[in-house]
Amino acid sequence: MAWIDAALTSARPQAMAALLRYFRNLDTAEEAFQEACLRALQRWPQNGPPRDPAAWLILVGRNAALDEVRQRKHHVELPEDDALISDLDDTETALAERLDSSHYRDDVLRLLFICCHPDLPTTQQIALALRVVSGLSVKEIARAFLVSEAAMEQRITRAKRRIAAANVPFETPGAVDRAVRLAAVAAMIYLLFNEGYSASGGEEHVRVALCEEAIRLARLLLRLFQSECEIMGLTALLLLQHARARARLDAEGAIVLLDNQDRSLWNRELIAEGLALIDKALRHRQPGPYQLQAAIAGVHAHAARPEDTDWSEIDQIYAVLETLQPSPVVTLNRAVAVSKVHGAEAALAMIEPLAQPLAGYFHFFGVKGAFLMQLGRNDEARVAFHQAIALANTAAEAAHIRSHLDRLMKDSAARNNAKSSA
Amino acid sequence: MLYAILCYNSEALVGAWTKEQDDAVMAHHHGIEGKLAALGKLGPVVRLMPTTTATTLRDGHDTLVFDGPFAETKEQLLGFYVLDCASLDDAIEAARPLFVDGGALEIRPILYFNPGNPAK
Repeated sequence: MAWIDAALTSARPQAMAALLRYFRNLDTAEEAFQEACLRALQRWPQNGPPRDPAAWLILVGRNAALDEVRQRKHHVELPEDDALISDLDDTETALAERLDSSHYRDDVLRLLFICCHPDLPTTQQIALALRVVSGLSVKEIARAFLVSEAAMEQRITRAKRRIAAANVPFETPGAVDRAVRLAAVAAMIYLLFNEGYSASGGEEHVRVALCEEAIRLARLLLRLFQSECEIMGLTALLLLQHARARARLDAEGAIVLLDNQDRSLWNRELIAEGLALIDKALRHRQPGPYQLQAAIAGVHAHAARPEDTDWSEIDQIYAVLETLQPSPVVTLNRAVAVSKVHGAEAALAMIEPLAQPLAGYFHFFGVKGAFLMQLGRNDEARVAFHQAIALANTAAEAAHIRSHLDRLMKDSAARNNAKSSA
Repeated sequence: MLYAILCYNSEALVGAWTKEQDDAVMAHHHGIEGKLAALGKLGPVVRLMPTTTATTLRDGHDTLVFDGPFAETKEQLLGFYVLDCASLDDAIEAARPLFVDGGALEIRPILYFNPGNPAK
């Protein structure tokens, strides 16, 4: 039944989006879609898949939900156009054509946008998108977030209630509204990817599934909005990051930094697609944060060995990103590139003003410690690494810093030995 | 006679395949490629990247370049080139002279390429 699963999964965003426009209620749309899927599982194995699975699911789901309403109200007269929909094969083509028209784009965008409504905290946004758009089970989502199924069920129910209260308009959005929605949806997809990528616990295959789902949603969004260069950038960024997934953790689950990764484990197909999208986006000459981050990932992907990395190119891209989206984290990242081009001294001076804003940030102390270590200021490096460990989010992060401390210890032990033998 | 066989399917569907399903499909194709190659029947085989990576040129007073695949149904697929280019810009410049009298050209990066070796 793998092919039916794939067909239902791929049709889901479009079908849910159309059912939501029709019923204007997330729960009704979901029930209608569920019912349509059940019927698909009964009928498709015998009759084969319909030519347009999404159109089939929309029609069957809509009719099933209407039947349900009618039964509740007892004998309501059939509206005329519904009576016509009894023969699926005839109407399928017509409906599929209507779906292809431009409002289908906005339907899917609305469905995605509803999930990342600004009233919702980000974890609820992601959970809701996974449930409603991607169709993951509550159990699967609960596992990804390391909470109980009951807690996740409650979280999703609460999110739906908030959305119903928020009243997202169903009219076709204007250009400005559409841009706002696109940006919000892109941010949500990015968060979803990071949830899978940042390895803040959880089983690895569950996290990989989140990354893959984010990529699928990004590609869907890009198919709908072909010339949005920031969506090209977002998709490229996710592809290039995910391409390194197999090299990022060692057999014990410890983080392997970019410099030490086995680059033969990088997925060349994902890299090729990511680079092709950056190439396409840059022709627009409208740089944005996703494109720039993708471009940085692209520079890394181009380097066959760590020493081949064009760090001055990365420094320059970060400089543009800093002006576009000034943030201490961007500056911290730029400092790493600066340390490779101009040395650790210059990089350390660059991150000094960040001590205040990044006082609670694990990576700040990790990077600071690494710069100090490069400069041979081992005592100060040790202090920074201890601060980093105190702020580590995962065991893997802490273990990584501890390996630096071990090196420092061996280093000073070696020096003491040298002194005593001298 | 040389024949071209063009493969069509829903991209959303193919994108929903699991890694295992995708690998199985590719293994199926590679098996067929091997058999056809042994028979001297195999010419170039290509798997294209998704249409999201496509760029389309439209012939007109000035050549129009836009993002996305070729989507009109008034024209038919008449042929294709496979070019080795350093960048999308290079590919666009290489494609421009192909226009003779209208039509469109879709430029799509290639994901997998087997040059084949058809017998004469």
